[in-house]
Parts: sequence; structure tokens; C-alpha cells
Amino acid sequence: MRAHESNAQDTQTLDQNTDQNTQAQQRGHDDEDLARERQRDFRSYGWGLFLSLVLTLIPFGVAAFVPLPSIAHWIIIGECAVVQIIVHFRFFLHISFSRNTREDLQLILFTVLIITILAGGTLWILFDLYYRMMPGMAP
Amino acid sequence: MTTHTAGASTRHPGLNLGEPHEEAHSANEELVFGFWVFMMSDFIIFGLLFATYVTMLGGTAGGPGPSDLLEMKGAFIETMLLLASSFTFGMASLSLKYHQGTAKLIGWLVVTLLLGLGFLAHELKDFHTMISEGGYPSRSGYLSAFFSLVPLHGLHVAGACLWMLAIFGQMAVHRIDTQVKTGLTRLAILWHFLDIVWIVIFSLVYLGGLT
Repeated sequence: MRAHESNAQDTQTLDQNTDQNTQAQQRGHDDEDLARERQRDFRSYGWGLFLSLVLTLIPFGVAAFVPLPSIAHWIIIGECAVVQIIVHFRFFLHISFSRNTREDLQLILFTVLIITILAGGTLWILFDLYYRMMPGMAP
Repeated sequence: MTTHTAGASTRHPGLNLGEPHEEAHSANEELVFGFWVFMMSDFIIFGLLFATYVTMLGGTAGGPGPSDLLEMKGAFIETMLLLASSFTFGMASLSLKYHQGTAKLIGWLVVTLLLGLGFLAHELKDFHTMISEGGYPSRSGYLSAFFSLVPLHGLHVAGACLWMLAIFGQMAVHRIDTQVKTGLTRLAILWHFLDIVWIVIFSLVYLGGLT
């Protein structure tokens, strides 16, 4: 009877030991994860700064030093701006397509839809009016 | 952000402070999402002011237009200041997240604040030059649209600087507690967001107007 009890106790202490072991392992994993996350976060801001610098210098350089027809200027400036906005959202605000951050991505995309409708509609209607009635207002 | 670890560690959009900051981390879940909703409503205001600006481009009423008033050098300096401040705020957020010490956190925040104030000083100087050259808001529809768009962004930057000063005050009294942590998380979103609005301003208003 007594032997049986001590056996049970042994198993218990053994269980506790393994528990402690797994906890320690878990902590080790957490530290590793944290270090990896930290490296990833720092790299994110570094990439953001580098890409933004390139995407700022291109349009300024083109506008200041490269003689091109203005339509080509506008296309380059517009494209750099759109890409830089995406870079800022991705690397500075950490919005991505990963499953964890879906709801805010939807919020942002919905806002973009609203802006497209409101701003696009405004431009469409007013420039149509200018074209038909006030040719002097069309830039 | 952490895709391979437990999903529970990502509780809201953007940089999560993570489990070591448990209280602030869980408080942020609601606060940050609410702040994003506000940020997006602000985005719509700016979107419509951009549309107004473009429709008013032809309405100079014989007064000075974009190519007479705007300067590329000033816009470039302001762009660089704001971009640098976005990066330094990112460094401040990471010093907070990874417990790199109060001195480092405050140092990065002070650099960010100075860059923000430098941006404002340059912008005010630009406005002053414009106004002295006859480009004041009531001169034409174009100038009214310009002065409702660009200074509104400047006002946002000034507000963000004031908010940072308020957080410095909170830090001095309460040290870095949960309130300070959640405040800094939201201010970071505002700061990065204002840099995004500035991208559209320098592309559309300055570079678009000067080519």
C-alpha cells in the first residue's frame, strides 16, 4: 500500500519536473520569438525609410532636372506617390494582407472606396460642367 | 504581425506592444481600432479637399497661380523633415515595445518633435513668402482651396506636436504607465498618417503644380 503511494508521489514529482522543463523550453522559445520579432520590426522601419527615400527622390529629381512632356511627369509623380503610400502603410503602419489584420485592411479599403466615389465624382461632374459651360476654368 | 506564433498576440492593426506590456496591449485592442476609424474619417476630409483643390486649379481670377507661388526647394526640405520624423517615431515605438530604456525612448521622441517643429517652421516661412507675393487666401478660388488644404495638414502636425508635449507631461508625473503606452501607440498612427497625407500634398500640389 505504502509502496504504491510513494510510486504515485514519484510520478507526481516527475510530472512536475517535466512541467518545469516545458515551461523553461516555452520561455526559451518566447525569447527567440521576441528576438526574431524585434529584428523584423527594425528591418520593417529600415526598409520603409529606404523605399520612401527612393520614391521621394525619383519624382523630385524628374520634376526638377529631366525635361519631359508634362503628361509623362504627371504619370511618374502619380505612380511614385501611390507606391509610396502603400510602402508607408506596409512598413510604418504595419498593415498587411495577413489574416490577423483583416478587419482594419477592410476599413482602409472601404475608406478608399468612399474617397474614390466622392472625390472622383466631384472631379467628373465639375470638369464636365467646366467643359460645357466655363472653358476658362479648365486648367 | 506575428504570423507564426499565436494569433492572440496581434490584437489590433499596426505595431502591437505584445505580451510583455499585457495591460496596455489589451487596452489598445479597442482604443487603436477606434483611432483608426477616426483616422479614416480624417482621410475622407483630406480626400475631398484634394478634389476641391484640383477643381479650383483654373480659378486663379487673374492672380498668381501654382507656378508663380510654389517653390520646389521648400517642399523638398519639408518632405525630408517629415519622412525622417516618421522613421524616428518608429524607432521610439520600438524602444517602447522592447524596453530599451526611458532615455532612448525620450531621445527618439524629442528628435521626432524637433523634426516636426522644423517642418512647421519651414511651412510657415513658405506661407509668409506666398502671402507677401500676393498669394493670400482671399485673392482667388485657387488660393482659398490651397489655404484650406495645406495649412489644415500643418494644423494636424501642430496638434500632434502638442499631443506629444502632453505625453511628455504624463511621463514626468506617472512614469511610463499604461496610459502613456496607449497614447504613444495612437500618436504613432497619427504621425505616420500625416506623412501619408503629405505625400499626396507634395505630389499633387507642389510637383503637379510646378511641372
